[in-house]
Amino acid sequence: MPFKKLLLAAALATAAVTTQAHADALDSIMKSKVIKIAVPQDFAPFGSAGLDLKPQGYDIDMAHLIGKELGVKTEIIPVTSANRIPYLQTNKADLVISSLGKNEEREKVIDFSIAYAPFFSGVFGTKAIAVASAADLKGKTIGATRGAIEEQALTALAPDATVKRFEDNNATIAAFVSGQVDLIATGNTVAAAIAEKVPARAPALKFVIKDSPCYVGLNKNEPALLAKINEVITKAKASGEIGKLSEKWLKAPLPPGF
Amino acid sequence: MSYKLQFAELLPYWNVLLYGLLFTIVLTVVSTAAGIAVGTAGAAARTFGPVWLGRIVAVYVELIRNTPFIVQLFFIFFGLPALGLKLSETTAAFLAMVINLGAYSTEIIRAGIEAVPKGHIEAGLSLAMSKWEVLRHIVLNQAFRKIYPALSSQIIIVMLGSAVVSQISAEDLTYAANFVASRNFRNFEVYLLVALGYLLLALLTRSLLRALGRVIFKAR
Repeated sequence: MPFKKLLLAAALATAAVTTQAHADALDSIMKSKVIKIAVPQDFAPFGSAGLDLKPQGYDIDMAHLIGKELGVKTEIIPVTSANRIPYLQTNKADLVISSLGKNEEREKVIDFSIAYAPFFSGVFGTKAIAVASAADLKGKTIGATRGAIEEQALTALAPDATVKRFEDNNATIAAFVSGQVDLIATGNTVAAAIAEKVPARAPALKFVIKDSPCYVGLNKNEPALLAKINEVITKAKASGEIGKLSEKWLKAPLPPGF
Repeated sequence: MSYKLQFAELLPYWNVLLYGLLFTIVLTVVSTAAGIAVGTAGAAARTFGPVWLGRIVAVYVELIRNTPFIVQLFFIFFGLPALGLKLSETTAAFLAMVINLGAYSTEIIRAGIEAVPKGHIEAGLSLAMSKWEVLRHIVLNQAFRKIYPALSSQIIIVMLGSAVVSQISAEDLTYAANFVASRNFRNFEVYLLVALGYLLLALLTRSLLRALGRVIFKAR
């Protein structure tokens, strides 16, 4: 694939130029006393406009946490999913904290920290129902949105379960909220939204179907900055600060082993 | 137009589609029978029953005929659990269909009853037939004969409208089509096949009803 190689070479060349221009990103952040962080503006609960029109969410709190730990001012830059990586590559942002998942293509152009937020789809249900794995679903009824990744995975994982497939997320949510199903296969952010709006039927995680946590994105060849961000995240995980963010925005404790 | 039809991709799902087809047939047959029973009772209540009962039936008819079927269905499936009445998607689908057809057929059958000349009823009563006998042998007999074509059309409309029950995860023919399309993305083939399925079902229903009509209303 000569084209792919060419792209890679171009990306590497860009990275090399960037490194030359900025001797060290961490140094210049500490010198300017400002860290510019790209956050989502259209992806609740990670980042969306609050009633005061300022961005709010898990990612915004995480950005402020990093700024505080570094002892610098945090400059919040709202971005969309499509332009979050270009913001980083053109040095308009030092970090991207924008519910960014890791994949091969992205790893070619940017670096990733360790995971800072859980993002997964799984089977959720009311507390009363005892389910711990796909095997426990035998004879149970689960609501899911037709064609969604978790619905297709569930059909393969639990052939003995009854999967009720609905046309869209709203119908699936309505089925769970109205009690038509006591188990629901969906994303953790959807489960958080249900828990917030209908606390009486707050869905608790039974097991994870597909895990794709969020990482902080940063430019390549910034080992000092990368190490520092990883240190901040590790510390925040140990001190329970990330757990608090999860409780606050995702309405659930961090999944075991996160 | 370079789309290449690949009906072979539907083959692995033949059992899903067949199940959906059978579900739609059973749903239609059962809800038609129950719906016409409701309609007959409603029409009799509106024409011969006490005023208060007629009013209640009128409210029921207007409520159902002036709201969309899908809203009625969602109300039964997603709404009623709030009042403690939790119905499975299959029960909810049957119930919604019966309630819907019941309202429409009430009005159709009532039209037939109104068209029976008063003199026939009076003649029956003067021959010492009971009210019940008059209703059965004179009124309904003539009424059904008159409105049979209109009722047949309504049954086919309800059968086609039953596609909507797929939205509450009742596993009818449309649900099967949506399921297959979400798996192999052969939307064109799936919906073409299912549209043909409904067409055949409708034509079949019509000829069956026609044959049935010939048996029931034998020319005297």
